[in-house]
This record gives sequence, structure tokens and C-alpha cells, in this order.
Amino acid sequence: MPVKFPQFRSRREAFPESLWTRCPSCEEQLFNKQLEKAMNVCPSCAHHFRLSAPVRLGQLLDEGSFEERDSGLISVDPLGFVDQKTYPDRIAAAQVSTGLNDAAVWGFGKVEGTQVAIVVMDFGFMGGSMGAVVGEKVARAAEASLEERVPLVVVSASGGARMQEGTLALMQLAKTMAALERLRDAGVPYVSVMSDPTTGGVFASYAAMGDVNLAEPNALIGFAGARVAAGTISQELPPGFQRSEFLYGHGFIDRVVTRAELRRELTELLHYLVPRRLEPARG
Amino acid sequence: MVDRLLRRGRDADRDAAEPADLPPAIDPDADPKDGVWARVQLARNLRRPRTLELLGVMADEFIELHGDRLFGDDEAIVAGFATIGGHRVAVVGQQKGQDTEENVRRNFGMPHPEGYRKAMRVMELAERCGLPVVTFVDVPGAHPGPESEERGIAEAIARSVGLMTRLRTPIVSVITGEGGSGGALAIAVGDVVLALENAVYSVISPEGCASILWRTSDEAPAAALAMRMSAQDQQALGVVDEVIPEPPAGAHTDPEETGRRLKAAIVRELDRLVTIPPDVLVEQRYRRYRSIGAFEETAAPEPTPTVPPRPGLAERLRGLIEAGQRAIPAPLPVGRRQEPPAREDV
Repeated sequence: MPVKFPQFRSRREAFPESLWTRCPSCEEQLFNKQLEKAMNVCPSCAHHFRLSAPVRLGQLLDEGSFEERDSGLISVDPLGFVDQKTYPDRIAAAQVSTGLNDAAVWGFGKVEGTQVAIVVMDFGFMGGSMGAVVGEKVARAAEASLEERVPLVVVSASGGARMQEGTLALMQLAKTMAALERLRDAGVPYVSVMSDPTTGGVFASYAAMGDVNLAEPNALIGFAGARVAAGTISQELPPGFQRSEFLYGHGFIDRVVTRAELRRELTELLHYLVPRRLEPARG
Repeated sequence: MVDRLLRRGRDADRDAAEPADLPPAIDPDADPKDGVWARVQLARNLRRPRTLELLGVMADEFIELHGDRLFGDDEAIVAGFATIGGHRVAVVGQQKGQDTEENVRRNFGMPHPEGYRKAMRVMELAERCGLPVVTFVDVPGAHPGPESEERGIAEAIARSVGLMTRLRTPIVSVITGEGGSGGALAIAVGDVVLALENAVYSVISPEGCASILWRTSDEAPAAALAMRMSAQDQQALGVVDEVIPEPPAGAHTDPEETGRRLKAAIVRELDRLVTIPPDVLVEQRYRRYRSIGAFEETAAPEPTPTVPPRPGLAERLRGLIEAGQRAIPAPLPVGRRQEPPAREDV
């Protein structure tokens, strides 16, 4: 007689996705409304779920304070890129599934009354990948924060540069870094918040270069994908490789901050990171 | 101490090594995938002249400087002073090995963070001394292993890119072989970017791109074509300013001629750039990188032309604002996070 395996089917039906979410870390079935209340952090194992850009903005900013800028920027297909789907098809699908125009949203807002320029990335939009639109938004946010002398906050969630835009995506590293260097020269502060995941070209440009670098717990943060690392060198990867705590341990992250604490920590930091007053005060 | 690189016994080395690889017969009527793939193979050719070999042809002398003053000396990047056509310059270049022993020493041309930090040290020194910088790019990608991550490869690349965007001295970058992603860009931000005819430049290796988007690295030639990674395509995209023709059968068949052609272009650019005041130069460089990349700017904040099944961002934010956090819309549907990660690997 064959061994009879337990039926999982009925169990799955008992937890419809519209009401329940299974925690990928502890496998606990979580009631969606409860999960939302807990800021999308698993109450039993503290797994930090990925956030969409609007939800992240809602969690960090004062109610009603967000004014979005440049929401009309849309990716085009400079290479005529086709893999198994065309790039415009992938963009259209991502726009429908996220309700966003691209993988980053920027604007001005207030964190406990402190005005900031803020960029938030959304991993749901093509893996949060950085093409010309994301690069442009980060650069415009940096230039606006320089202009207005308000701190810049960037919350990253990205797999890296967007392959479908080829080297034009790679050049966004230079575009964003050029703008950030000017910010730094002028003494306007920049806080980088890394969430799961922050990898590739996004980590190797603006995400790594905050005046203060914060990260959510156990977020995947690294330059090369673990698969590449494991494939290129036949070497065992250390435990916790490329997690927030690993980078904290090696000195590249100032503070690992839980989501519940993030807004308060940001407020306290911004209290110290006041943009230097320039021209009139001089001499 | 000071190393002086004189012309090395390249010919003797070459005879002892493996036979020359593919002939570069590029037939314009053939499958375009084959054309670009032939160039990828040429760019990776083991006998392709590297930074030191090219300097041997181009420079009157080369004084190599070593070490990043923080950790060690990375031989995958060479840096120092050289005189090229009467211009005293600082040089930074990636250096693959010509044989197994040298490749082990030079880590197959894949720099660790200390390599980029050495590059930054020499570039900053060049800025202080008023020397132009010439960089030579030939890298499969920055070293992707644990040591690299532990010592901050991403931070080193980001910092180097940032430094080059504001360096107050002329920068001429040459893509001589493989321009592999961030590991290449870290020393390739310039006032002028040149590329050898069979050089390639890409955001991810074609194998990496294929394994993510096609789910098999066998499709690397298709990925190479889709990413338009040849020097000619890069020029058309505005990433590269000028393509320097190689000898008919490829740079590895005649490094001297390759070096002569490259030298003429570099000297011509240096002649021009050294006359530009630093403020103007830095502003022009900022504009160059600030304007790169294509997008559309629609006036309306409405998201998609296709009707989204869920409310747009503006509505969702309004909802948030009005009703506070309990009104956060639709819980994260786990399903939509299942798409293939569009991640850049190296």
C-alpha cells in the first residue's frame, strides 16, 4: 500500500491569499489586517516583509505632508530590448501590478515636522531595478535637496541596475553619485536607509554612500549576487553573508533599525543632521 | 621602490603560449548574434594587450605606485605616473595576467576594494599635482567573493565613481577589453571615453544576463546582442565618444600598432582637455553624466495609459492620508513578488 501523504490542498484553501499571508521565514499564517497593523513585520519571528513605496511613505512621513514630484517620468526602451518578453511589456505589466510609473517615487515630506526630500524605491516594480527614471529621480531629489537645503533621505529596495537599459542603466551610478557629491560638498546631509534587498548597482552607488547608513534587520545587502559569489569562487559563504548584520559587523552600516523604530531613529538623526547655513552667514 | 616597465619580451612570451584564438572574421551578413559574440571573444582574448603592454608602446616611462594605504596592494589594478606624447599623466588601469601564474597574482583582473582605493589615492594625487588622468578599463567585473564584500567593494566603487565625477583635472578613459559593469565604471568616468574596436561594455556579463532573463547561460550571445554591448553600439548610445580601430585581425595580433593608434587619440584628447579651465571641465563632466539615459516626461501625474486594476499612487496616498494607517490599502500580495529578480550580478 502506498504511503499516504497528508493533504495540503485543503489547508491552503483555508487560508485564502486575500486574507492570510504565510511568513516566508517562520511559516506562520498571518492575518493580513494584523500584519498591516504590525507595519508588515511578522509578529512571531520579526521577519520584515517588503513594502510598496506608498506604504513605506505612509510609515515614515507625517500624515498629509507628502508632495510627490516628477511622477510623470516614464521609462522608454532605448535599446529595443527583447528577452523572453519585450521591455515595454515588462514595464506595462509592472505599472499595472504596482500602480506606479517606475521603481522609485520622490517628493518632499515631513518627518515629525522636519522637512526632507525623500526617495522611496519599490521592489515590486521590476525588482526595484534602476534605469534612467530611477537615476533621474534620485539625481533630481539630490539637486532639489541641495537647492532647498533640506536633508535627503533615500529608502532603497532594489536588485541593482536595470539590465534592459544596458550601460545606460550603469551610467545612472555616475549620474546619482555626481549629484550626491555636490550635496556633500555643500554640507547638506543625506541618510540612506537600506531595506530588503539592496544589491548591485544601487548598493554600489547612492545606497552605500549615506552620511549615515541605516538598514532594516536581516535585509539582503550586497554587491554581487550570492549565486555569482558562490559560482565564481569555490568557497563557502560565511553564515549571514550579505545580511544587514554582516555589513554592520564590517563597518558599512551605522545602525540596524527595526521598522517600528525607524521613524523615531530618523527623527532623532535629522535633529543632529542640520544642513549647514551658507552664503549669508559667512564672513 | 620604482619599477620601470621597459618593453617586455612579449614576442618570446607569445610563442611559448597557446595558439592564437578565433580569427575575428566578422561577416556582416551572418547572424548578428555571431558578430557581437565574436567581439566578446576578442575582448576576452588571452593575448589581448593590457594596460602595461599598451603603456610599453605608448609611454616613454611608467613609474608604478603601489598600495592603498589602508589594507594592501591589489595587482589587478596598476597605477602610477607615465609620460605619453609629452604629457605627464597619472595612469590607472586594470591588468589581467598573460599566463596562469600571473593571473593568480592578478586575480584574473578582478579587483578587490583595495584596488579601487589605490586608484582613488592616485587620482587624488594627480588632482593635487595638476596631472591629467588616463584610465584603461579591462575587467570581467569586480571580485565578487566574501573578502570583497567584507572590505566594502560597493562602497569602494561608489566612492570612486563619485570622486571621478568631481576630480578637477582632465580624465581620459579607454575601454580596452571587457567593460564589466560597476567594476569597470569605477575607473571609467571621464571627460572623454574611448573604446578599442573590439572592446565591449555592459551592465552585467552576457552570461549573467542570460541566466536571469533567459534562465540559461547558453543564451549569452543573445543577451550580448540585446544589451548592445559592442563598442560601436556604445558609441551610438553616447556612452563611448570614439571607437579606435584595431589592426584587421584584432589588437592581440599587433599590440604595437594598437598602442600607436590609441596613443594618437589619447594625445589628441589630452591636448584639447588641458586647455579647459577646471571649473568648466567639472561642470561639463557633470552635465555629460547628468544627461545620460532616456526617459519620457509626461505632464500628467496619472500613471499608466492602461487602466490599472488598483488605484494609482495619488489615490492610494490620498487614501492613506485621509484615513491614517489603518487605511493602508491592499495587503502586500505575495504573488506579485514572484517575478524574476531583475538583478545585476557583477
